[in-house]
Amino acid sequence: MVEKKDKLIIAGREFTSRLMVGTGKYESFKQMVTAIEKSGAEIVTVAVRRVNISDRSKESLLDHIDLQKYTLLPNTAGCYTADDAIRTCRLAREAGLSDFVKLEVLGDDKTLFPNNEELLKAAQTLVREGFTVLPYTSDDPIVCRKLQDIGCAAVMPLGAPIGSGLGIRNPYNIRIILETVTVPVIVDAGVGTASDAAIAMELGCDGVLMNTAIAGAKDPVAMAEAMNMAVRAGRLAYLAGRIPKKLYATASSPLEGVIE
Amino acid sequence: MKIIFNGEEKSITGMTVFEYLQTLDMDPRPLAIELNREILPKNNYKTTMLREGDQLEVVWFVGGG
Repeated sequence: MVEKKDKLIIAGREFTSRLMVGTGKYESFKQMVTAIEKSGAEIVTVAVRRVNISDRSKESLLDHIDLQKYTLLPNTAGCYTADDAIRTCRLAREAGLSDFVKLEVLGDDKTLFPNNEELLKAAQTLVREGFTVLPYTSDDPIVCRKLQDIGCAAVMPLGAPIGSGLGIRNPYNIRIILETVTVPVIVDAGVGTASDAAIAMELGCDGVLMNTAIAGAKDPVAMAEAMNMAVRAGRLAYLAGRIPKKLYATASSPLEGVIE
Repeated sequence: MKIIFNGEEKSITGMTVFEYLQTLDMDPRPLAIELNREILPKNNYKTTMLREGDQLEVVWFVGGG
């Protein structure tokens, strides 16, 4: 079976699942754990934040995530400069003892679009410091190529603004990115429902990363399962090779032997 | 003496980073610490004395996307 041997490889590490999920916005740790389980994801994103000493009852997120089973992908969400993103990555490495980072450097808080200038600067330093950098970027093939040239382990173009649920707004750019870079292309942000994830995979993307689409659904656990299936279905359809699109019909049934 | 802990000024007596975390009832294991903008490796918590004006950033992982 074609799907069994089909692995996602990032910086030499092999993953079976092509879906990556976030850990934010869940009602409870219990709901988060069940949703992640159902998603089949092996890579989960986390954020780095100051501890709150006035609320000592707060449990550590890591008490709920089995690190034997999941690879943590700490993000630099909320960083608007290369310097802040670099500091956050260094802290993340210290807290999680892994080199994987989801690098995001934001341009403004309304669109949460990347500031690509600062992103490239941060990526350069982090790659030099030995991080495995997975950058959240605009769906811009040139920026993606620059990120690859710097040494990023993957590129993660947005499908639409973070948390917008608008789906893959520019599939043609994603296709050009796929033809431009050789590192894995992971659509990060914009997915609203299962078909969006399937579309990303049918385009030939190597993976999809999402948080709000699952955590914000009415039933996050059910949506996690839907996304699991959608990513696998989309990938399998991509590998299977779709038929060309045509304007006119082609009959599926034999034209001979029709009763008269 | 005074130190800055996560952006807030705190008055403390002389002690190590590890001892300070104990006074806050904080398990050091899931944490990462920056002391004056440099990473403080976990192995150094017990040997690093806090000094007047030190800036500590103490972080951990929370849910995020």
